Amino acid sequence: MNKMNKEIQLLMGNEAIGQGLIEAGCQVAAAYPGTPSTEILQAVIDRRDAAVEPLHVEWSVNEKIAFEVALAASYTGKRAAAVMKQVGLNVAADPFMRTAYLGVKGGLLAVVADDPGPHSSQNEQDTRLFCMQARVPVLDPASPAEAKELVAAAFALSEKYQVVTVLRPTTRICHSRQNVPTAAPLELRRTANFEKDPTRWAATPAFLPALHRKLNANLEQIACEAALQPRLFAGDGSYPRLALVASGIVYGHLLDLLDELGLAGKIDLYQVIMPYPLNPRFAEKLKSDYDRLLVLEETYPVIELLLAHPGARGKQNGAVPREGELTPDVVHQVLADFLGLPQPAAAAAERRGQRPSLCPGCPHRAAFYSIKQCFPQGIFPSDIGCYTLGMNLGAVNTVHCMGACISQGAGFYQAYRQDGEVPTIVVTIGDSTFFHAGIPALINAVIQKARIIVVILDNATTAMTGGQPVPHLGIAADGSPTRAIAIEPLVRACGVDFLEVCDPYDKPAFDALLRKADRHSRQPDGGLAVIISRHGCIMDRRVRDSQESFQVSVAAHCSGCKICVAAFECPALSIDPATGKALVDRDRCIGCGTCIPVCPVTALGKEAK
Amino acid sequence: MKQQIIVSGIGGQGVLFLTRVIAQAAVARGLPVLTSETHGMAQRGGTVLSTIKVGPFASPLIRAGQADVGLLLWENNLPVHQPLLKGNGTVLINAENQGEGIRIDASKIARQLGNAVLANLVLLGLAVRQKSLFCSAQECEAAIRELAPSKFVEQNIEAFRKGLSAK
Repeated sequence: MNKMNKEIQLLMGNEAIGQGLIEAGCQVAAAYPGTPSTEILQAVIDRRDAAVEPLHVEWSVNEKIAFEVALAASYTGKRAAAVMKQVGLNVAADPFMRTAYLGVKGGLLAVVADDPGPHSSQNEQDTRLFCMQARVPVLDPASPAEAKELVAAAFALSEKYQVVTVLRPTTRICHSRQNVPTAAPLELRRTANFEKDPTRWAATPAFLPALHRKLNANLEQIACEAALQPRLFAGDGSYPRLALVASGIVYGHLLDLLDELGLAGKIDLYQVIMPYPLNPRFAEKLKSDYDRLLVLEETYPVIELLLAHPGARGKQNGAVPREGELTPDVVHQVLADFLGLPQPAAAAAERRGQRPSLCPGCPHRAAFYSIKQCFPQGIFPSDIGCYTLGMNLGAVNTVHCMGACISQGAGFYQAYRQDGEVPTIVVTIGDSTFFHAGIPALINAVIQKARIIVVILDNATTAMTGGQPVPHLGIAADGSPTRAIAIEPLVRACGVDFLEVCDPYDKPAFDALLRKADRHSRQPDGGLAVIISRHGCIMDRRVRDSQESFQVSVAAHCSGCKICVAAFECPALSIDPATGKALVDRDRCIGCGTCIPVCPVTALGKEAK
Repeated sequence: MKQQIIVSGIGGQGVLFLTRVIAQAAVARGLPVLTSETHGMAQRGGTVLSTIKVGPFASPLIRAGQADVGLLLWENNLPVHQPLLKGNGTVLINAENQGEGIRIDASKIARQLGNAVLANLVLLGLAVRQKSLFCSAQECEAAIRELAPSKFVEQNIEAFRKGLSAK
């Protein structure tokens, strides 16, 4: 922790926000991991020794729970934060929306990270628009350093008006590094003091109109908060009655671009810090002072909507692309168009590069290969996590949102059953996703008599986001031991009669179990079957060190059929263009041997290392 | 001083670590620096790209044709990321075969040191030897010592020095 004493540190945006939470005296921080937000809570955990107040950190089971835990902590007067990615706010929407009306006591900050692009998400939804719908103030930082500053500002705003506030970084803030000044944490010396007030904390409809009125009055004042007003960088008059308005990382792109084009300081430029609530006087001023505006923001036209400027160019009139990231190249094209400058040279056609795939040795690959091979005509709903990449093996047909696969599997069953023959439906769900949203779906599938096979891919971690602990490990966010909640009794308690556990590395056993589960689902007295596919994540060094490792070899009689490369899709295998036979990449092969039973001519073999 | 650098590879090759080492060298010299990194799904063996901007910049991203230097750990990324480089930009590539740019079989050297991932620091060493980067060998070694886990520091320094003395 000696690095805490340095004044300037190289911090990722997420680390800067985590540092900001520590500095602001946040005492309860709860999160569910999700790209691009994950490293925020990890940064809090890593810095917890620097906190001067007692600090509780938790990886909650889902975002709704994280928000509610932080919310009640704020009721006691302490500062609290809930951290999630943008679609996590959908999960937490229910408590979030009501919190707008009921308010908070100690500062409550929701950090919700958006993913324009998207790079690692199921959509490009804009949390700022969500906040407008919820009537919650939202701050939009333009750099990692500013994100940290705005954590303090958000807590101050939250406590001044007793409202929840949102900090909305985007992927390019979360995963950028910058020199960030750090400071000592605040000493708030607060003790928990929940003042009971049923008209507020348990408000029935009778009390809600008044709370709603109070919220609206607060928003009017918040919109005028001096520290959060749009910042003007005035031009020299070269471009009269014309202005640029930007927020978030796009503002940064714009600054660099203006500098490179020799236009810095020539055009009036506004940075919007708080897109909602936007000061109506700002909108009026823009209407009177400018004939033409260019509005640049990610991802939806929130500022543009609120400005309602007749001369605005933006997403609503197609001057700015409505989807995807506003990269510096896109901003260049848009700005050139707006100012009548020469267009940049046409960009080379974008090339995608190498697609991601499950790691060499990933137990999910072995499980997916077995599923696809046992049920070539099956329907395979899956879910959010590394195992989404099972689509490369043709063993993932649907990916929707956390936990959807079990209910979707049940829905497929109900629809097919009406017509007679039901194809085998194999659902795959990760262990962390199962705890997050899979349990109610499993109960529902059982009571609705959906005869599906649910394969819980248990790799004992939240792998996609870098290995956060899961409830069946018995390890808390701070590394301390806690009660482990095993998956098996949970599954049984959901009314599942068929429950088996198998290591997918054992292909014959796993295949046999899949077929047995299929028979169970088709027997008169059968029903839903659950298989726990259990093998630790190969990214975990301890897992790799504890399992056998072989030197995988390719025999001369390899027929070059490509099954190991195309159908099994191990990144450590390729076809040697010179020989037309399989080739093992020694740098990437971990010697797991799961490819060996895949070869139809037994040309893949193992030698002792 | 302004320099724009791209670091390109596939997930698992240590692109993030290399990015941090270069950025840390800037911080240690008191230079402003901004980086962007690829996290999430693409880290599972897919193409990843980091950008590093040293000097007075506001955005971490690099426009097409603006990068001064490219460090490519995965040769197949050349057509994907070359459009980011200036026409006269320098590109250093980890590759077995001859071809465009300054090339070194960094993976082979790293394998001899016991771990193919060390190719990232071999390539950094070569870039410093070629005087392609703003930072010196001493600054890079200090950054490696600051960032590498203690038990791997000497191995990392060795990889860097192999690149520094290559060819």
